[in-house]
Amino acid sequence: MSILVGNHTKLIVQGITGSAGSFHAGKCQEYGTKVVAGVTPGRGGQTWDNPGGKGSAPVFNTVRQAKEATGANATVIFVPPPFAADAILEAVDAELDLAIVITEGIPVMDMLKVRAVLDRQSTTRVIGPNCPGVITPDECKIGIMPGHIHKKGRVGVVSKSGTLTYEAVGQLTALGLGQSTAVGIGGDPINGTDFIDILAMFQEDDDTDGVVFIGEIGGNAEEQAAAWIKDNFTKPVAGFIAGVTAPPGKRMGHAGAIISGGKGTAAAKIEALEAAGVKVAPTPSGMGTTMASLLK
Amino acid sequence: MNIHEYQAKELYKKYGIPIPKGIPAMNVDEAAKAAETLIAETGSEVVVVKAQIHAGGRGKAGGVKVVKGTAAAREAAQDIYGKTLVTHQTGPEGKVVQRLFVEQGVAIEKEFYLALAIDRETRTIAVMASPEGGVNIEEVAEEHPEKIFKAYIDLATGVMPYQIRHLAYGLGLDKKGTKSFGRMLRKLTDLFVKEDCSIAEINPLILTGEGEVMALDAKVNFDSNAHFRHAEMWDALEDKSEVAATESEAQAAGLSYIQLDGNIGCLVNGAGLAMSTMDTIQYYGGQPANFLDVGGGATQESVTTAFKIILRSDSVKGIFVNIFGGIMKCDIIANGVVAATKELGLKVPLVVRLAGTNVEKGKEILANSGLNITPADTMADGAQLIVKLAGGK
Repeated sequence: MSILVGNHTKLIVQGITGSAGSFHAGKCQEYGTKVVAGVTPGRGGQTWDNPGGKGSAPVFNTVRQAKEATGANATVIFVPPPFAADAILEAVDAELDLAIVITEGIPVMDMLKVRAVLDRQSTTRVIGPNCPGVITPDECKIGIMPGHIHKKGRVGVVSKSGTLTYEAVGQLTALGLGQSTAVGIGGDPINGTDFIDILAMFQEDDDTDGVVFIGEIGGNAEEQAAAWIKDNFTKPVAGFIAGVTAPPGKRMGHAGAIISGGKGTAAAKIEALEAAGVKVAPTPSGMGTTMASLLK
Repeated sequence: MNIHEYQAKELYKKYGIPIPKGIPAMNVDEAAKAAETLIAETGSEVVVVKAQIHAGGRGKAGGVKVVKGTAAAREAAQDIYGKTLVTHQTGPEGKVVQRLFVEQGVAIEKEFYLALAIDRETRTIAVMASPEGGVNIEEVAEEHPEKIFKAYIDLATGVMPYQIRHLAYGLGLDKKGTKSFGRMLRKLTDLFVKEDCSIAEINPLILTGEGEVMALDAKVNFDSNAHFRHAEMWDALEDKSEVAATESEAQAAGLSYIQLDGNIGCLVNGAGLAMSTMDTIQYYGGQPANFLDVGGGATQESVTTAFKIILRSDSVKGIFVNIFGGIMKCDIIANGVVAATKELGLKVPLVVRLAGTNVEKGKEILANSGLNITPADTMADGAQLIVKLAGGK
């Protein structure tokens, strides 16, 4: 079954006429994702042609029009930061099942407002922002991750970090384990979906035998997830936390990756995960082998 | 993004938050002139000369002086201006005082602490208030957590009266003080939201002789993601001398760079991978010299800039390039590494680990370059190699 995305997914691309939106819409389509429509206000009626060669999709002015005309159930958002909050809420208003937000650099104040709206509804699940996306190998790729490193398998991946997700995926593929679904939830302080939401889906998914869990410094989402895993998650979890050497008070790239007021340290997160029975890999090169050892 | 106290107070003034009268000064003469003006305006001889640097703990480090009269103000300014202040927030190298702020002296009845920040857990604006003001709040939080009172402001409702009451009782304010505090908190919240702040801190917040609250100090940090909404104002407020030169050069090249104390330079794509590359180097006994994320759209030019920045530090005894190509192709990075190495004449060992998109092409480019580049297959291998080549710690 996998989670979130699969053969059933019919995708809209918001911001399809922008350079990043167009390029990645093309890559998703080439992977086999059903890209059924694009949305760019003012460009309705045009046709998007896959810059990589074959394939195209109609462009609409609004998400509602795109959904009604194509039966789409998911969207991926490549809209620039000043317009991203609006794009997310438009997707929610159109009652799509899933909105994946790739955009990096959305103001926290905007995400506070967006999240307040998200919490009042249960129709649309928002993943991100500032994330690589979601992929179910051989079925559906939504986002900017390189498709070819993935392999169909039975390990779920959930991560705050893009390239570390690729690292984990690459190792699982090399070991022959593959992935059921790999989900990047993004590294921003306020996002649409937390670790726990994804872990709950992996718990229910019959095609997922274990999970690789990748966190980083900042916030306390990892600690909360650890507490939830202890009480609710029955499958083996291999973990990794980035930022053991990060100095306090310095923002490490991601808007959320900062140790402030002595909170959000890697040591505290690793301790919480280990106390919950998660096997934490000492270096990122060991994420795959740690998972393999737990599945034996 | 950080701004100075006097700039934050300008902003406070705009929102009607009570502050003492004050005048910024860019040199000693201006400071003396400012003192003279304030004394004439207020009729009081007492003025405060304050160092303007982007760090807390200035008072303890000798960066704040309360004096009487213009001559004494000039002396205080002479003493502080150009001085290097070392506080718990500046790091051991300290910060040179290049701007001053001269304020009227205010009678202090009581000192408090007040701060607003984004709270991820509740997804609200968290207010923290404490009757222990004017001191290091981290210590209060550690030793007397019961003396920190909190409220969480929902953007939909704004500050509610019960929240004001809760905080004001915690601070021990009377009826008049509570009213004055409530007005200030509402205004500060308004400022926080409209100006896209990530932190607004007043330490100390004081109760004046008239029983009203006033912001004796002011700290504001902006959420840099919101720059597009405030570009003109924020660019004018930015004090470039407060940002490490290399960090702003990196920013201009689209790199995210932070200097650290170690001897192994790192060049990585992605923040998570960059952090964990540092971690892996330390795990194998080395010390990272920097955090450097070249981002998803790295070009040959930005890789060269990254190498230049890393090599500027004399303490760098080796470089580890760790790339997981996704959108970014390994052959492009390999070309960038070769070009940078040729241009800069690399004198320290270089280990390159490539994985992902076009990895074979990338490896071939490095192998055929004729340069002394040590390849690695995994980041653990690469980290061990560079630690060894750089001569251990």
